[in-house]
Amino acid sequence: MPEIAPAATPERPSAAVLGRRADDQPESPNGTRRKLGLLFWLCLGFIALVVFGAIFANVLPLPNPNLQNYSAVDAGPSLHHLLGTDDLGRDLLSRIVFGSRVSLVVGFGGIAIGLAIGGTLGLLAGYKGGAVDTVLNGASFVILAFPPLLAIIVVVAFWGRSLGKLTLIIGIASIPSLFRVIRATTMSYANREFVVAARAMGASTRRILLRELLPNVAPAALSFALIGVALIVVLEGSLAFLGLSVALPTPSWGNIIYEGASNNLLQTDPLIALWPALAMFLLLTSLNVVGDRLRARFDVREGAL
Amino acid sequence: MSEQALLSVENLVVDYGRRHRRVQAVSGVSFAVPERQTLGLVGESGSGKSTTGRCVSFVQRPTGGTVRFAGTDLSTLPARELRRARTKLQMVFQDPISSLNPRRKVIDIVAEPLAIWGGVNRKEMMRRAADMLEAVGMDPAVTGNRRPGELSGGQCQRISVARALMLEPALLVCDEPVSALDVSVQAQILNLLTDLKERYGLTMLFIAHDLAVVKATSDRVAVMYLGKLCELGPVEDLYLSPQHPYSAALVDAVPVPDPRRPVAGPPLSGDMPSPADPPSGCRFRTRCPFAQDICAIEEPPLEEIAPGHLVACHFPTSSR
Repeated sequence: MPEIAPAATPERPSAAVLGRRADDQPESPNGTRRKLGLLFWLCLGFIALVVFGAIFANVLPLPNPNLQNYSAVDAGPSLHHLLGTDDLGRDLLSRIVFGSRVSLVVGFGGIAIGLAIGGTLGLLAGYKGGAVDTVLNGASFVILAFPPLLAIIVVVAFWGRSLGKLTLIIGIASIPSLFRVIRATTMSYANREFVVAARAMGASTRRILLRELLPNVAPAALSFALIGVALIVVLEGSLAFLGLSVALPTPSWGNIIYEGASNNLLQTDPLIALWPALAMFLLLTSLNVVGDRLRARFDVREGAL
Repeated sequence: MSEQALLSVENLVVDYGRRHRRVQAVSGVSFAVPERQTLGLVGESGSGKSTTGRCVSFVQRPTGGTVRFAGTDLSTLPARELRRARTKLQMVFQDPISSLNPRRKVIDIVAEPLAIWGGVNRKEMMRRAADMLEAVGMDPAVTGNRRPGELSGGQCQRISVARALMLEPALLVCDEPVSALDVSVQAQILNLLTDLKERYGLTMLFIAHDLAVVKATSDRVAVMYLGKLCELGPVEDLYLSPQHPYSAALVDAVPVPDPRRPVAGPPLSGDMPSPADPPSGCRFRTRCPFAQDICAIEEPPLEEIAPGHLVACHFPTSSR
């Protein structure tokens, strides 16, 4: 437009922006493509490996995890049994790979339930405020006031301990904390001018939640969710120690550690408990690193002024 | 004037807070803006000017009073019609960064109003958004795919203006649109707003705390102090002969680039009293150099002292 074209002449793009924008990466969404680093890829690789193993456990060349081979009891690592066998002669690698299914389903499934319910309510409460927020927030406090482990133990003991029930119970238990994190993050965006502008344009609540708020809340939610998965994997271990994880012949990481710690096996064959504990340790570290790096990567720098 | 006024505000009252700690941000403000005119609204921080602007654009519900837009009180409309009607009232905000969703591309931000209301396919949406970006002096090919964090404050403000104009509003409420910008960029944005006002036949409510900015854009000016109007008049009258002592102090405070010009009286001292506990009578009396006993007892009404020039003061400049 000729009459206002002069106005288009350069407005000082602030020095900070200029300094940070890499010209060789014009597609860079934030102008700052932070390197994720080798550690991130290693950790992501490990998570991928565990997930791959859990999905294809049946197809992989592994012995039956419950097959008791009395000719190789308490065997150390060998070509035949890469991680050795336990006191009943069951292959430990196979038990760990099959056992990861329980940890992953409980972990990711539980968080998925928590995010679906807690996240949705958190967005709503954080945006709407007022009575909706007061009621939901109060309810979350009431649930949080229960010691979660105790609550889970009681429910599992009475209701049964199949994988599905375990996942559902842990998922429900994770709702209030996910609710609170997402509510708080949403609140920090709910009164920004771009949300007010969307309202002024006549956007529906649903649209504001999905298009304006969710993209801003998602990175924090994702990072917290990954840490939540890690917490649940540990929780499964705790439940197994109390004999409340999935019923026993079925391997789970918690169950294997539990078995490896019983019958004085820690003294005679500490490897049985070590391998699943190591797998758990690596998975938790990986989840934390990946969550943390992703959050840092997707953090938008807003300060152009 | 009130007949053809596009916007008329009557006795607007806005309370904040709960029962015991109630603060009245706006206490009985009335004004009207005729079509295609700009009303400047000035006052210091906390005088209630932004709150007034938010009520006018229906982002916030007033506690009392009415806001009429093109003759209808929008608060009486059912929710669905209100949603459609409010598209005719758009806002530009003070903070250019916070005004734009940091996660979305510029072109999508500008096209969003069309996406909300539908009826056009994506290609057409993008074309119209690109046209609008050009109209606000930005190159859609260069900036369209950027995100707000990569742009300067002035650029962001242009995008806010573009977004506000997509729905072809009749009234644009600008809430301190240039306060956060460098002075050189301020001028560019002000020129842009003036040009667009002509081009799209906009009526504007222009909120600012800088009288010079208001002078450059407005036809009439309203001065607010502690939730009330103290003076309302054509921009030339208000600048040449401000009647309310507060307006006079504001006008004096505008720097004039002339070293030989005599210093105009001492500046105002003190701060604005808390709106939670406003002074009796005239709200400005605690800082007014001309305050008399009557000012503490009786609140001066807003009276017309010249055609179209209203003042709320017992001792306006012309009578002293």
